[in-house]
Amino acid sequence: MSDAVFETVRSCAVEVLQVAPEEVTMEADFTDHLGATSLTLVELVMAIEEACSVDLPDDGVESVRTVRDACELVRARI
Amino acid sequence: MRGDRRVVVTGLGSVTAAGAGRDALWADLLAPPSPGHRPVDGWDATPWMDRAAIRHTDRCTQLAVAAAELAVSDAGGAKTLTASGRPEHAGVVLGTALAGVTTMERQSLVREARGDKRVSPFVVPMIMPNAAAAAVSQRFNWQGPCETLTTACSSGTHAIAAAARLIAYGICDTVLTGGTEAAAYGTVLAGFRNMRALSGTGRTRPFDSGRDGFTVAEGAAALVLEAEDTAQARGARILAEVLGAASTADAYDVTMPLPDGSGAARCMDLALRDAALAPSDVAQINAHGTGTLQGDLAESRAVQRIFGGDGPPVTSAKGATGHVFGASGALEAVAVVLSMTHRLIPPVQGLTDPDPELAPGLDLVRGKPRPWTPGPVLSSSFGFGGHNGCLVLGPAGA
Repeated sequence: MSDAVFETVRSCAVEVLQVAPEEVTMEADFTDHLGATSLTLVELVMAIEEACSVDLPDDGVESVRTVRDACELVRARI
Repeated sequence: MRGDRRVVVTGLGSVTAAGAGRDALWADLLAPPSPGHRPVDGWDATPWMDRAAIRHTDRCTQLAVAAAELAVSDAGGAKTLTASGRPEHAGVVLGTALAGVTTMERQSLVREARGDKRVSPFVVPMIMPNAAAAAVSQRFNWQGPCETLTTACSSGTHAIAAAARLIAYGICDTVLTGGTEAAAYGTVLAGFRNMRALSGTGRTRPFDSGRDGFTVAEGAAALVLEAEDTAQARGARILAEVLGAASTADAYDVTMPLPDGSGAARCMDLALRDAALAPSDVAQINAHGTGTLQGDLAESRAVQRIFGGDGPPVTSAKGATGHVFGASGALEAVAVVLSMTHRLIPPVQGLTDPDPELAPGLDLVRGKPRPWTPGPVLSSSFGFGGHNGCLVLGPAGA
């Protein structure tokens, strides 16, 4: 478990979704809890890709619902 | 204006380099600007929009939302305006010439440098010309017609005309109208410079013998139009009336006006007919007056064709404000209403030596503001493509 990945995903979510850092927990659902829309989720994934210097697969991105999903997707690519 | 209902102005809003609100615009009209273009430096949309919305809108939409908020607030607030419970009778008609072109340019650079996958998924809704009108309708939950009119630098004037007709024809009770532009950037500036339209001296000097083009400005201007009957029923403060409007095309050239001014003159004539007024009834002309060599000459000939050698006082706001392209007609309509309110005609800033080549008989207001008894005002706008737009605005209760 790398906290660095979570911290990066959290900072991207704070910036893109304009939410407070404490709202971004591992269990938080991007749509239900953090107010993401289909377009802001795409924007968020782009920000995470940039911040982590990874290229996330489109099919994996489509299955991301929670912060934990996003972190695991990133970890699988680094 | 043709139609069954009189159309009145009950709210004004503007955001320009001079600041937000009608007082900032009025002060700006009365003083010569510093040389150079007039972007809205240090623009901060956070008083009007949340940060998520700001991230996903072009600056032209942000300026429009701010101007619309100011105008609606000036008219008594959104709740008051929709107190009749008929949001489907409230509409939005905005004009813009270049819309989200700055976002498009920035995203093109992102794509060039970092590939397709880094282009914002919001780029299309950010650049589309109707984005500003859509944002305003969402903000107020107004569900009537929501449209965008684009006729280059006459967009704002044509938008106000279209909005007024929605009311005159009974489709809407209330319409937020105006124009917005935020294109003082990059490729657009280079294009205007290379076509020799921009002032090399950094001063817009309408009708002056030394004029050398215009300076580019950013901004948005909004007016709340209401049916006179519903405005009076809610006890609204009425600022002015839209008496008439017209639209014509030169059908001549994409950038050059018809040199004899006949296309613009026909538009002026039709607008006065729509208002059921004679040229001698007009108490002020708010000219397009961009400070370009050919444009000002053609406009002077158009005025001479309609008003002869003994026309009303003529002013142009662009010497003060610079050229806000698709917002300019709206900004100038706001300026006209302020002129009525203050009973003063602002001078043509930058005009010291009227061009002797202008058609004779132009009573140009220069040097200082001229005290004035408000009467009908003809406000003209002309755009690339040969679009001509004229509005006739009258003082409240005339």
